[in-house]
This record gives sequence, structure tokens and C-alpha cells, in this order.
Amino acid sequence: MSIAATQKRGFGAFLWDYLTTVDHKKIAHLYLFGGGFFFLLGGIEALFIRIQLIKPENDFLSAGLYNEMITMHGTTMIFLAAMPLFLGLMNAIMPLQIGARDVAFPFLNSLGFWLFMFGGILLNCSWFLGGAPDAGWTSYAPLSIQSPGHGVDFYTLGLQISGAGTLMGGINFLVTIVTMRAPGMTYMRMPLFTWTTFVTSVLILFAFPALTVGLFLLMFDRMFDSAFFDVALGGNTVIWQHLFWIFGHPEVYILILPAFGLFSDIFSTFSKKRLFGYTAMVFATILIAFLGFMVWAHHMFTVGLGPVANSIFAIATMAIAVPTGIKIFNWLATMWGGSITINSAMLWALGFIPSFTIGGMTGVMLASAVADYQYHDTYFVVAHFHYVIVGGSVFGILAGIHYWYPKMFGRILHEGMGKAAFWIFLIGFNLTFFIQHFLGLMGMPRRYWVFLEDQGLDTGNLISTIGAFLMGVAVIILLINIIYTAVKGEKAPADPWDGRTLEWAIPSPPPFYNFKQTPLTRGLDPLWIEKTEGKGKMTPAEPLGDIHMPDGSILPFIMSLGFFVAGFGFIYQVDHSAWLLAVFAGIGTALICMLIRSLKDYHGYHIKKEDLEREAD
Amino acid sequence: MSHDHSLSPEVMPQEPEKATLEGKNKFFGLWFFLGGETVLFASFFGTYLALRNSTAGGPTSTDLFGLELVFIMTMLLLTSSLTSVYAMYHMKNNDFKKMQLWLAITAFLGMGFLGCEIYEFAHYIHEFGFTFRSSAFGSAFYTLVGFHGGHVVFGLSWLIALMVRNAKRGLNLYNAPKYYTFSLYWHFIDVVWVFIFTVVYLMGKVG
Amino acid sequence: MSENTNTNSVNSFQKKRNKDEMKKQLISFALMIGFTIIAFTLVATKAMDKMFIIPVILLLAIIQVAFQFYYFMHMKDKDHEFPSMMIYGGVWAAVLTVATLLTIAWW
Repeated sequence: MSIAATQKRGFGAFLWDYLTTVDHKKIAHLYLFGGGFFFLLGGIEALFIRIQLIKPENDFLSAGLYNEMITMHGTTMIFLAAMPLFLGLMNAIMPLQIGARDVAFPFLNSLGFWLFMFGGILLNCSWFLGGAPDAGWTSYAPLSIQSPGHGVDFYTLGLQISGAGTLMGGINFLVTIVTMRAPGMTYMRMPLFTWTTFVTSVLILFAFPALTVGLFLLMFDRMFDSAFFDVALGGNTVIWQHLFWIFGHPEVYILILPAFGLFSDIFSTFSKKRLFGYTAMVFATILIAFLGFMVWAHHMFTVGLGPVANSIFAIATMAIAVPTGIKIFNWLATMWGGSITINSAMLWALGFIPSFTIGGMTGVMLASAVADYQYHDTYFVVAHFHYVIVGGSVFGILAGIHYWYPKMFGRILHEGMGKAAFWIFLIGFNLTFFIQHFLGLMGMPRRYWVFLEDQGLDTGNLISTIGAFLMGVAVIILLINIIYTAVKGEKAPADPWDGRTLEWAIPSPPPFYNFKQTPLTRGLDPLWIEKTEGKGKMTPAEPLGDIHMPDGSILPFIMSLGFFVAGFGFIYQVDHSAWLLAVFAGIGTALICMLIRSLKDYHGYHIKKEDLEREAD
Repeated sequence: MSHDHSLSPEVMPQEPEKATLEGKNKFFGLWFFLGGETVLFASFFGTYLALRNSTAGGPTSTDLFGLELVFIMTMLLLTSSLTSVYAMYHMKNNDFKKMQLWLAITAFLGMGFLGCEIYEFAHYIHEFGFTFRSSAFGSAFYTLVGFHGGHVVFGLSWLIALMVRNAKRGLNLYNAPKYYTFSLYWHFIDVVWVFIFTVVYLMGKVG
Repeated sequence: MSENTNTNSVNSFQKKRNKDEMKKQLISFALMIGFTIIAFTLVATKAMDKMFIIPVILLLAIIQVAFQFYYFMHMKDKDHEFPSMMIYGGVWAAVLTVATLLTIAWW
């Protein structure tokens, strides 16, 4: 066990440790905690939406509050839940899979997390300060320009701050994979989860700047009277739609590719087989990312871009089904003839295949521009994207949590509860969303707060609401499971699943320096190679020596706090110019932190060879 | 401490910016960041191009822009790019004093550029009443050029902090990557300016 | 600590190579300045029709930027495969973005 963690410490020290940590594993805990918190929040918002729609002309929520619910549900789930949860898993596992001791920029890693967290908190503060954003998660202008109050202001600033954090995370992962792979870990030997982390980070790098610009334009229009979307002064509202979707469509792949990667790892581990078509899987991932950049206008078929543009984007969109199909078949072929273990992680992976395939199929239907005029803004679309995002990303996150829980927290989640949660969730998920395809085809528009009686929509909506509650029950079971495991869960061995990749070659949870000696990789699935050749553990690539570790720092926290304060300043300076003080104070704090960071030398420290030798293996 | 020695070796390696893992990380990190910045500025350029004729009855680009000042600004920034190349040349030759000198020249040229830009904006506002709020064209123009100016300000602060901090310490493997990444950033600012003077000013003048 | 930073510690071969590199960079600078002057002159003198001027000055800008990337920023050197990949990726996304916003309503 690690040197520092063995002593008992007070809560203050524990808190300080997490506030200042630059250890990728602890930052992963923070991401999982933060993302998990927002996931619950988004889930509660979803339940409110479904309660409102449980019967015709319900008055559970007012129209305005309903608009705030749908906006915050979408925004929270995409930006503050799904993405951070994936970033958490990437942080926890990717460096282990490539045999690295940390990420390339530990300081930036911590800054990225705190920016995300404060951005998310800023966005959610809007609930208590006169109302949440209510222009939909896409926040189309001119609706978002006309929206009264400060709701949409919180949207722009909150997402701007958390988006900056995500961009840092992306660059950090890219550099880590480029420079910090262990000896022998060539690109074509990297586990699929590492590969998808890489490709996802590329997408983050190129997609987020477009959102940054879009949010700036929206912010300037709302707060500083510029005229980007003001048609009277020559503005053009379609600019927002383009910028938003140039970001927004790659964002969809940012949410699904990491899930593809971790499913690949799970299928091959629990089938005890090498991943079928490894090379094809890698190239399919790259191809999906490449095509994913050229299809954004399929969200805008009804804007009136014209038949040529619509046709091009329709065909490009349909083309994505090809690499995705390659992946589905490769997963099936990986399991074919394998010695399959079915546990909760594998169940989520198995449940993913049919769910995601349904979502992919409706995706191809929606890609047909002519048919889309019928589907557009109906519940058919809602059903489609929930099948891919819940059936793909959420199943992926849950599979990843079950699979890597022992590695991240040193204990194994309870199998019985895991399986129960899966089945209840699967049933609830299909009840909720399958029926929505038909509600949509019958003409029920999305984002409407009520529907009328006797239009054939009553039963479908009731079933959908019941399903939503079943998903809620499953999430509660998962929470109980996590608490139960923390209290009396089974302690995990280093390699509970008979794993194939490097993360299973070190203790669970790993010591803070990860690898005592950097491992030598001799092929794909390096640990499995050593197991089949009778050795069972990795050959070190270096003699035991001092290990260089980075210094912890409180600066990322303070810097993010500065931006948080500045965010409030920007939002309220419209009402009273005294709030500009908050802007200057906040930005000033952040800049001073940056200055300290650049003036002070951070050489890190060394763990002495003798200390490493003293520790039990 | 052992690392102090390893960061200031007797013989400097040929590429001091990439000699340590931290240096290599910074090198790649900044390059990748520039990849993202490309998209950021492309989005601003796209917005500008979409709105360049939306003057709402206010002054147009042909009315506003004069070529003389823009030419001077371009020369200042292009030259500052060359001077930072000279600074990196001296870094590779391990001549710290000359490197600092060339960087100081770079900083002065950058400040000159910034001064011209402030004068230019003030000129448009006072002479033409052309502001951020007067039309969609105005918003797009000030946002695009202003974000570039903001990058220059940030770059200058970065450079001055670096020069002051290391003035007495000389070059070592800890700060060489910092200098090198600054120079990459500075070149990128120049790249963006090349497109600004071409797309905004020259094309705006042509009409 | 800083006292060992004298010029003698760089060997003469490397020095020569650095010098050659510097020469190339000076030539590219001269070309860049030349292109800039051509572009400004074309616009100032209205030497050509609008239809021609715009593509010409854009081309000059692109060549100039290529010099900046490949010579000033050393993208031509080894170890720059990933940087060029990411820059070209960014350029690709940039071209799509600009093309779209330029035409907005498309065909």
C-alpha cells in the first residue's frame, strides 16, 4: 500500500488532499463524484418532466418551469454528467493502460476538473437566482436572445467555464498518450479504451472552440448589446445554429466513442479472447470521428439550407452507419466461441448492443432529409437520441464503473445488486423510450409542456413515465450498492476479472506512483501475453530507481473560483455596474494564480528507491 | 538536489526545449492547443465573413479601413516573428544574453503593434462613430480583431513574466521549453494576423 | 547555476547547422515581406479586377502562412508529425466552418 495513505488522517486533511491533488486517480474520483452528482440532478429533472407528462393537460409544472426543466435536463446530462463521468474513467484508467505514472499535465488536469465543477455549480445556481435557462439545451437564437431574466446568462457563462476545463482535459490526454507510453506500448498495441480516449480528445480539441465562440457571441449579444443575432442591425441567427452544431455533432461522438472503447475491453476480457478485428476497430473509430465532423447540418435539415446541402449531409450521415456496423459485428465476433462470463459489467455491455443498434437504426431513418421533415422536433427524435445516449453512453458509463470499480476504489461492487439494477434499468429504459418512437410518429412534438386528451397519446405517455421511475429505482439500487460496498464490500485483488491489459498488473487501488517499475509491453493485451507464457506478471523495463512525482497545488481551485466569481460579475453587471468589481476581482485572482504558477518553480519531488524497496510487493 | 544538476547540464543538448519529458509535453501540448485555436479563429473569421456586409446603414469596410496603418502594423508583427526566431536561434546556441535581447525587441515590436491597434479602434469610434454596437458588421469586426489583440496582450504578459523571472538564472532545461512554447504561440499570433490583414482589411478595401 | 551557459558548450557542427537554418529562415522572412508588399500594392493600386485580386491575395496569405509554419515554427523538422497532424486537423475543421458561415443558406 502507498506510503502516505496508510496513516489515519482527519477530515480536514482529507479535504485538503483532494482540493490540492494532482494525482490522476484522485482527480478521477473527483470527476466521478461531481459527474455522479449532476447525473442524479439531471435524473430528478427528467422525473419532473415525466411526471408533468403522465396525463393529459397536467398542471404539475408551470409552462415556464417546464421549459427550465427540459433545458437543464439536457444541458446537465450532456455537459455536466455524461462527459465528466467519461473524463473520470479516462483519468482513472488510461494512464494505467499505457503504463504511465501520471498524465502529462497534472496541474492542468486538476484545473480542468475545478473549472468543470465551478462551471456546473454556476449553471445550477440559476435555480435559486430567478430561474434557470429556458431556451432548450441548444439555446437557439433569437429565442435565447429574447429569454427574459438571467437564465440564459447562466447558461453561457457556466458552459464557457466548464467547456474550458474540458478542452484542457482533452489536450492533456492527447499529450499523455503521445509522450508517456511505456516501452513497447506502440500505438497499435494500445487497448481500445486508450485509443478511443485519444480520438475523443481530438474531437474535443476541434469541436469545443466552436462552442466557445458561439457562447461568446451569445454572451456579447445578451450582455454587451452587440448585434450578431439582432436581425434589425444585420445579424443572422443561423450563425448560432451552425456554430452550435459544428460543436454539437462531434460532441455526440465525444459521448459515445469512450463507451465503444470500454465495451471493447469488457467484451474481450469476459470472453477471454483477443478483440476480434483490432485494427478494423481502431480505424473504424478514427473514421467515425472524421465523418462525425462533416454531418452537423443534419440537425438543421428544416432550416432551409437547400436540397444540395441537405443531400450531402444526409449521405455523409448515413455513411457513419458503416464504421459503426463494423464495430457491432466485431463485438459479436469477439464473443463468438469465447468463454463468456456474465456479470454486471458484461450485462451492461450486452444490453448496449441491441439498445444502441436501435438508436443507430432510427439515426439512419432520421438521416434521410425528406423523411426528417416529418420526424423533426417530434418525440421520434427524443426516442432516437435517448437510445444512443442512454443505451450507448450511460450503459457505457455504468459498465465502466462496474468493470473498473475494483481498480479505482479497491472493492468489488455487489453482484446481486448490480444485476438487479441492470435488469430494472433495461426494462425501465425500454418502457420509457421505445413507446416514444410511436408517440413521435403520431405527431407529438417535443418540448411541449402539455398534450391534449383523446389523441391517442395518453397511454403511451403513462407507460413512458412508469419506465422513467423504474430507471430511477435502478439508480437508487446502484447508490445503495456503492454505499454497501464502501462499508462492507469485498476487498479486490489486483486482477479480479482475469484481465488482459496493464491496469490489472498493479494492485487495486494502485499506489500513487502507479508502477514501481515501468512495465515492458510485448504485444496487444500485454498482461495476457505474460499469463499465457506462464509468467503471470509484467517484466520491468527499467531497474528500480527514484520516482519523480509532481507537486500538489491549491492554485487550480483558487483560479477556478476566480472565474466563478467573474462569471457572476458578468451576469449581473447588466443590472448594476458595481458588479464589474466582481469581474475584475475574479479575473484578477485567476491571473494572479497564473502568474504565481509561472514564477514559481515546480520541480516535484522524488520517491527514494529505498522507500520503494521497503514496501511490500 | 539532483534535479538542479540534471536541468543545468555541462553541455546543453541541441534541442533544450525537448530534452526533458516535461519539455516534450509542453511542446506537444502547445502545438495541439494551436490546433484548437485554429478552429477558434476560424469560427470568428466565419462569423465576420457572414456579417461583413451587414452594416445596417453605418460605415462600410471601404469607408473605414486605411491601408497605411495596417501596413505598419503588419510589418511590426511580421518583424517580431523574425526576432523571436532569432531568439530561438540563440537559445539553440546556448547564448542566453542574446536570446533575452532579441526577445526584448520582440516585446517592443508587439507593444508597438498593440499601440497602433488601440489608436485604430479609437479612430474608428471617434471619427466614424463605428462601435461594437453599431451594426452586426461592427460586432463581428471588433470581436475578431479584438480577440487577436487579446492574444497579443496575453502573449506579451507571458513573455515579460518569462524574461523577468529568468533574467538572473540563465537558460536551463526547465525554462527552455517555456521560451520555446512562447515562440510558437507568438508565431501563431502572426499567422492569424496574416489572415486578418488579408481577409478583413485588404478584402474589405477591395469591397 | 547559470555560469555554465557559455557558447562554447555547443559544438561547431551544430553551430553551423543552426546557422544554415537561420539563413533559410531569413530567406523565408524576406519572401513573407515581399508577399505582403505585393498584396498591399495590388489592393492600393487597384491593379486588377476584384475577381482576381481576392484569390491572389488569399493565395499569397496561404503561402506566407506555410512559411511561418514550416520554417519559423519548424513543422518541416522531425518530431513534428503529431503537431502537423493536429494543425491540419484544425485547418480541416476551420475550412468547413468558414465555408459554411460564408454561404450560410447554401445552395
